[in-house]
Amino acid sequence: MKRLWLILPLALFGLFIGLAAYQMTQPKDEFVRSTMIGKPLPAFDLPGETEDAPRLTSQMFADGKPRLLNVWATWCVPCIAEAPQLDALAKRGVPIVGVAIRDEPEAIAQFLDQYGNPYTAIARDDIAELQLALGSSGVPETFVIDGKGVIRYQHIGDIRADNIDEIYAEWEKAK
Amino acid sequence: MILAAALLALAAPATPPAVGAGQTVSSAPLADTQLADPVAEAKAQALMEELRCLTCQSQSIADSNAPMAGDMRHQVRSRIAAGEEPEQVRAWLVERYGDYVTFRPGFDWATWPLYALPLLFILVAGVLLFRRIGRGGE
Repeated sequence: MKRLWLILPLALFGLFIGLAAYQMTQPKDEFVRSTMIGKPLPAFDLPGETEDAPRLTSQMFADGKPRLLNVWATWCVPCIAEAPQLDALAKRGVPIVGVAIRDEPEAIAQFLDQYGNPYTAIARDDIAELQLALGSSGVPETFVIDGKGVIRYQHIGDIRADNIDEIYAEWEKAK
Repeated sequence: MILAAALLALAAPATPPAVGAGQTVSSAPLADTQLADPVAEAKAQALMEELRCLTCQSQSIADSNAPMAGDMRHQVRSRIAAGEEPEQVRAWLVERYGDYVTFRPGFDWATWPLYALPLLFILVAGVLLFRRIGRGGE
């Protein structure tokens, strides 16, 4: 009985090493999920797509219509891959507001010219203030905002062809 | 001296044009500019060392050159300059990203063993040591 007691610390240590070794072989989830789901969209007031375009504010999300809020950037390569899927969603009648992170009007115009424009409006978030307020940690990310301006869903990474139905369904659900 | 100047002149034009500049730097005014008030700056600095960079997850935002980390430093400095306490700024970020964003875990139902176990170990070690010394003295 006394022997068993002596082995216990070593057994615990072995268990710990085993657990750590197992965890190291498991793929790591690189994503930091937003904890803002179910909370209202943070208040913001950002410049529009060009210097002359009207500013975008959080109030425009509280008009009863659910929307997608797409956090993207012209310097982001997965955003190019995502463009056809956003176009498909726009064609199915989903309004998409773009939030361009650390971007320039000229670069935005060029990007939309080249890859299509699925957006109903674009805000420029030069210092990622809205991105941080949303709990978003990268580009691209897509949020579903319901008609009352509450965040309902977060999609991290580019929208692939097989994500379209899922995101459309989440948008429908937010009606 | 002249050689060094010549080398510098050669090196300077090699800078590529600023295409996609948004990817490489944060343009937030307080990303890399210290606050004028040294007390506020010290508070901000201490907090920045305890906040996790979201795009380079093993670094603090004080250590990281990622643009996102720069934008986070701007949030920390501007909020502290506006009179917020460091703990309020930390709470603002935890509300958005969860406990993951801070390197200093709070005390709650999931983290209490972190604080309780070391105390327990010291206590057990103390008892064992006390009994052994006591026996040796017999």
